[in-house]
Amino acid sequence: MATNATKPPEPFLTRTWDYITDTQIWKSIFRHGMPSTSRNRVLVVMTNVFLHLHPVKIRKSGVRLKFTWCMGGLTFFLFLVETFTGLLLMFYYRPTVAYAYMDIIDLAEQVPLGIMREIHRWGAHAMVITVWLHMFRVFMTGSYKPPREFNWNVGVILLVLTLLLSFTGYLLPWDQLAIWAITVGSNMARATPLLGYEGPGAQLLALGDVKMVHAGSDARFALLGGRFVGEGALLRFYVLHCVGIPLIAGILMAVHFWRVRKDGGISGPV
Amino acid sequence: MIWSLPIGWAAFSAACASSLVATARFLFPNVLFEPPQAFKAGFPGEYNVGEVDTRWKDAFSVWIVRQPEGFYALIAVCTHLGCSPNWLAAEAKFKCPCHGSGFYASGINFEGPAPRPLERARIVLADDGQILVDKSTKFQFEKGEWTNPEAFLKI
Repeated sequence: MATNATKPPEPFLTRTWDYITDTQIWKSIFRHGMPSTSRNRVLVVMTNVFLHLHPVKIRKSGVRLKFTWCMGGLTFFLFLVETFTGLLLMFYYRPTVAYAYMDIIDLAEQVPLGIMREIHRWGAHAMVITVWLHMFRVFMTGSYKPPREFNWNVGVILLVLTLLLSFTGYLLPWDQLAIWAITVGSNMARATPLLGYEGPGAQLLALGDVKMVHAGSDARFALLGGRFVGEGALLRFYVLHCVGIPLIAGILMAVHFWRVRKDGGISGPV
Repeated sequence: MIWSLPIGWAAFSAACASSLVATARFLFPNVLFEPPQAFKAGFPGEYNVGEVDTRWKDAFSVWIVRQPEGFYALIAVCTHLGCSPNWLAAEAKFKCPCHGSGFYASGINFEGPAPRPLERARIVLADDGQILVDKSTKFQFEKGEWTNPEAFLKI
């Protein structure tokens, strides 16, 4: 009895913490306690859907700022910024010929925090830059070599998707720059082999005198939803910009991060 | 029993393939809410001799040029990358704002990156005596098509 009496009571905060971490709700979410041992660190990473995409352990030299420039992480951060600011812009922007340009003006002049669209635009420019620098770093450190060659290819596709996000976003302000830039850019699709009506091989796809691939049925037509950059193109580019491309990019990013772990973590300095 | 597996796979493959075709076809609309390719441009007497007429440019992207002998219709799409040039009456030329291509009133290119002259559209007289312009038939100078009788409306 005397030994019990000499033990001081636990502080209030400790008792509260112990109570919270002992509840079924807490234990159902966090299954492995504090990651204080090597084994527990691994378990915590492996049982978290977000953390498990990443390596459990990486070389200290591999994460030095001098080595990675942090460009891959910055690109992902900018993708999140674009997703968040883009979502906010969607509350005001209507992708129709009648409203699009006025909504952009409205976003700059009337909506609170009129800088939101500029953040979205600057973030987009910055993301293109960081993607290139990330690829430059990966190339110069030889991190594209086996066993990482598959992940390099995933990265190349992600680069193309980033540029396509910039291209589709370019049209949405619906000013003269946007319309003519997309007119010029989408005219390239006319020269697609087989599928563009001015491209090589398009003449071969004909039933007698009837052309299968013409200005009203080629790749450019499918992209624009019309013969020129108009209502159909604006809506298609909006849907691709806000849903289609981000969805594919998101899936490929998950694969990209997961493969970094599966291919042996961040590569070490050469 | 022995046939159920291949038949099942064949049916499944056919269903997948037809869904793919249907999805691709869905991207090509049947009706376009765009201006028609052909339009009536009024009576010949409404045009002044020697002038490049810009009244149909915004609606149909076409200039109609009246010469002493007759009419031709130029399609207002730059042959460089597809922007809309403007008619500068003071300088008597078409000038593209995108990259600076210049064309004479005839449509012949003479400055900037445009690689070939503007295209002309089919221009004929309709039954009611009005000028009919049809952009779905185009005539290219470099192919010698401007001599086609439907590329120039003689009055």
